[in-house]
Amino acid sequence: MRIACPLCGERDLREFTYRGAAVLLDRPAEPDPVAFDAYLHLRDNPAGPNAELWHHAFGCRAWLRVVRDTRTHAILEVGLARDARGRLAPGVGEAVVPAEGEGTA
Amino acid sequence: MTRLASGGLVDRSRRLAVTFDGAPLVAHPGDTLASALVANGVRLVGRSFKYHRPRGIVAAGVEEPNALVTLGAGARRTPNLRATEVEVHDGLVAVSQNRWPSLRRDAMAVNDLLSPFLSAGFYYKTFMWPPAFWERLYEPMIRAAAGLGALSGERDPDASEKAFAFADLLVIGAGPAGLMAALVAGRAGARVILADEDFRLGGRLNAERMEVDGRPGAAWAGEVVTELAGLPNVRLMPRTSVIGAYDGGTWGAVERVSRHLAEPPADAPLDAFWRIAARRAILATGAIERPIAFPDNDRPGVMMGGAVRAYLNRWAAAPGRRAVVFTNNDDGWRTAEALVAVGIEVAALVDARPGATPPAGPWLAAAGAVVTGTRGRRGLRAVRLRDAAGERWVEADLLAVSGGWNPSVHLACHLGARPVWDEGVAAFGPPADGVPGLLAAGAAAGAFSTRAALAGGAAAAAEALAALGLAAGTVDIPEAEDGPVAVTAFWHVADAGGRAWVDLQNDVTVKDVALAAREGFRAAEHMKRYTTHGMATDQGKLGGLLGTAVLAGLTGRSVAETGITTFRPPWTPVPIAALGAGGQGQGFAPERLSPAHTAIIARGAPQTEAGLWRRPLCFPRPGEATVRAACDREVRMVRSTVGVCDVSTLGKIDVQGPDAAAFLDRVYANTISTLAPGRVRYGLMLREDGFAMDDGTVARLGPAHFLVTTTTAAAGEVLAHLDFAYQCLWPELDVAFASVTDHWAQVAVAGPLAREVVNAVIDAPVGSDGFPFMACGPVSAAGVAGRLFRISFSGEHAYELAVPARHGAALFDRLVTEAEARGGGAYGLEALNVLRIEKGHPTHAELQGRTTADDLGLGRLVAAGKDCIGRGAAARPGLSDPQREQLVGLKAIEAGGRLVAGAHVVLPGGHTTPPNDLGYLTSACFSPTLGREIALGFVRNGRARTGETVRVVCLLRGHDTPAEIVAPAFVDPEGERLRG
Repeated sequence: MRIACPLCGERDLREFTYRGAAVLLDRPAEPDPVAFDAYLHLRDNPAGPNAELWHHAFGCRAWLRVVRDTRTHAILEVGLARDARGRLAPGVGEAVVPAEGEGTA
Repeated sequence: MTRLASGGLVDRSRRLAVTFDGAPLVAHPGDTLASALVANGVRLVGRSFKYHRPRGIVAAGVEEPNALVTLGAGARRTPNLRATEVEVHDGLVAVSQNRWPSLRRDAMAVNDLLSPFLSAGFYYKTFMWPPAFWERLYEPMIRAAAGLGALSGERDPDASEKAFAFADLLVIGAGPAGLMAALVAGRAGARVILADEDFRLGGRLNAERMEVDGRPGAAWAGEVVTELAGLPNVRLMPRTSVIGAYDGGTWGAVERVSRHLAEPPADAPLDAFWRIAARRAILATGAIERPIAFPDNDRPGVMMGGAVRAYLNRWAAAPGRRAVVFTNNDDGWRTAEALVAVGIEVAALVDARPGATPPAGPWLAAAGAVVTGTRGRRGLRAVRLRDAAGERWVEADLLAVSGGWNPSVHLACHLGARPVWDEGVAAFGPPADGVPGLLAAGAAAGAFSTRAALAGGAAAAAEALAALGLAAGTVDIPEAEDGPVAVTAFWHVADAGGRAWVDLQNDVTVKDVALAAREGFRAAEHMKRYTTHGMATDQGKLGGLLGTAVLAGLTGRSVAETGITTFRPPWTPVPIAALGAGGQGQGFAPERLSPAHTAIIARGAPQTEAGLWRRPLCFPRPGEATVRAACDREVRMVRSTVGVCDVSTLGKIDVQGPDAAAFLDRVYANTISTLAPGRVRYGLMLREDGFAMDDGTVARLGPAHFLVTTTTAAAGEVLAHLDFAYQCLWPELDVAFASVTDHWAQVAVAGPLAREVVNAVIDAPVGSDGFPFMACGPVSAAGVAGRLFRISFSGEHAYELAVPARHGAALFDRLVTEAEARGGGAYGLEALNVLRIEKGHPTHAELQGRTTADDLGLGRLVAAGKDCIGRGAAARPGLSDPQREQLVGLKAIEAGGRLVAGAHVVLPGGHTTPPNDLGYLTSACFSPTLGREIALGFVRNGRARTGETVRVVCLLRGHDTPAEIVAPAFVDPEGERLRG
């Protein structure tokens, strides 16, 4: 897999570490346990585009918001996480229905 | 000798010394080991996996199932290499495998007589009782009897390498399609990599007599290779097997760098494992001819037709004197013609297709005929034919078989796509878009004529160039043979009795497949697991489709319905040493050395690992036979005089900016912004889920300048966490930070005489009033600007002195010398650990990811009036439930009582069962200060149990020790020593 870091250019997967869904960018403002429970634990599991956080740990150390198709590993979108904060990702909260015969093998 | 008088792409002017099982072979540059064996009339080259049947060379390339050899001796022994892929060199020593005592007289050949009892899965059914015998007797016995070659078991003296390459277009395979594709793309200016397994580029053009552009195919290929080699944007990679397709245009490949050299340069790696990133790729991997199942189709002398042509044309080696050709397609006819062209008699051309019209020639041509058996134990002697006239034996020492050609589509399926049945060629073809950016061309795409391959390669290159935004120039497709594909699927001579092999390498016959079908293993994948069909180095390259086609026939389904087993990387076997290149010995993990390392080593300290760091275990003195003896003395030394310890490995992060204090307030559970410049504070970091992550100190060097320390092991994790907090949560803050772990050497000085030692080294002495506990500030030592922190991990009056890293060894040396002059000295990691357990300071044994601030007794530290990472989740009542396991100290009641980390704390008087389990120990040591073993651990409602006596039980070591629960600080709980 290759990810095009906005600062460094296209780099091999091994330079990056994976954190999880990009909903982590939307941290609750108040210390409300219910809101934090959702923030920490509740995740969609889409078969399709999924917005995620990747860290260019062995490069420029930038946190990236990457939209990846979980079925094909195609990278659809890459941006700096600091620019994406507060923006919900496509695919988050909406089910992506796979086409007939796909995603079931 | 069976080398033909003329022809071939070998250099007859040079003779190489090559031996097989000790016998010398006449071999020339350009030969493979297999071609040399054929040219020397060696027919018996191996024994089969299970029945130890005599076997000969079947193929001429990567699909060879029988001719597996071991090369080299001693630690350099390499087993299971296909003789068809071994390029000969002077001094090559090859030996056969899976036979004893010799290839000709193999004692295990008795298995062949027992074959009625050795059907597929026989060992599952036979070796069932008693169960204990399976591991100790049956399995070792079966493994010894059935097998491939063996490794030496010695340490590999050779090195391999990892390498990286980038290209616009990767062309996989350098036959007519691949060469044409590389030529079109290379001329258009694309960065091209052309990789091929063979040492000679050209593919089938080197093995056939057909002309391309009016010249012999091999000559045309040579001209193209010369042109490509002259293009600066084209990289030719012969001897390179592309073994896997991965996401995002990444490909794995193994290059045999020096295996073919008689005297490799000293620094040449054996293999190189390449990771190739290519924007586009072309699959020009050609096709592999498949066998037909008929009785005794495994004798030495039964060979694939295309392989026969390759030995004749490329290597001028005659695999026999009198041949029979058995085919189900027009391509088989060419084999008969090629044999006759070099003067080898063809007794019969047997075409399984009833309506076929094989060409007339000096042979018996029979359509609608089949081969129903063979004779000849160690080499083919006769072939039994059946045609309209009946059945009869024909003398022959070579039987050239062609069951059609299977496109090599494996790489196109590595990302999960399934191959697609192509009725026109009676084979599975590549899936469309199975690997994004990959186009198949030539025989790999089912275009079997030379002209179609050339045109297909050019068209695929043009399509790739368009996608890359490059213009393809006009390239003429050279004239070449352009016959149609004429094949009728024919798999198995069904009504002839006997054993008919579908997988030569794993000794799988039609009977085994039938047994699998009968017992319900009807899916291709199940049949493979039950019969071992298509396993080992072969992976079904030769007989994979044949086996599933036979299964399809037996179960009344089409081949397309039955499908074929999944193709997975690697395409060919990859030496683990190539995959793990650079990972031997210290290459397994980088080694981090403290800036004080040379001074530490000079004092004779044994080293231990702390993450990637090397740290001194202790500094033994004469007469101290054990680490424990040295450690006990070092602990007493720190408590009574003074000790010096290198702490450079602790993580150090420099944080600056107008919002630095606000930022640290949000990442630490406690408040940092109220810290005055010139002061240090303990800091506890939580994860967002409320559990403790790491701890350390925060020093405020100036109003907008902080230095944060982390534990040695968590330095990287904490930096990534700060990156996350800043970039993802609060990018609006005006703060910047960077790791300075490697920039500063830091040395701790601890003990009642610490101030004297520090003052002896720094240029302006500090006093108690001006530099109290938890003070920090700039100092200079021998003119070097440094920093002094009055912090303590041991519980003693202590300092940490930091200087730029290049002065680390000198600083450590000076401080130790000053300490020794006062009855003190250096101490190592063991003593550091004992001192902190005695003081009750947690490390990552306690901050192990499941403990909260409250568990650690630090609940009051979590500031209420501010937001910080972990605050929301830490407020959950369950995280400060008194029934949670809380950090306590434990002290052995008896002087000899044993406490070890991992032992459990159990209620006294009860059984050692879970209901009586109160918790467990995380850190334990012998305390020289208390004269007994002490420990830190987590005990349910532990703080309320202070003073209780419990049992500490370690069932593994047989310890059962009464211990008292105490507060975690064993030494100086009031902190008077710290502040003195």
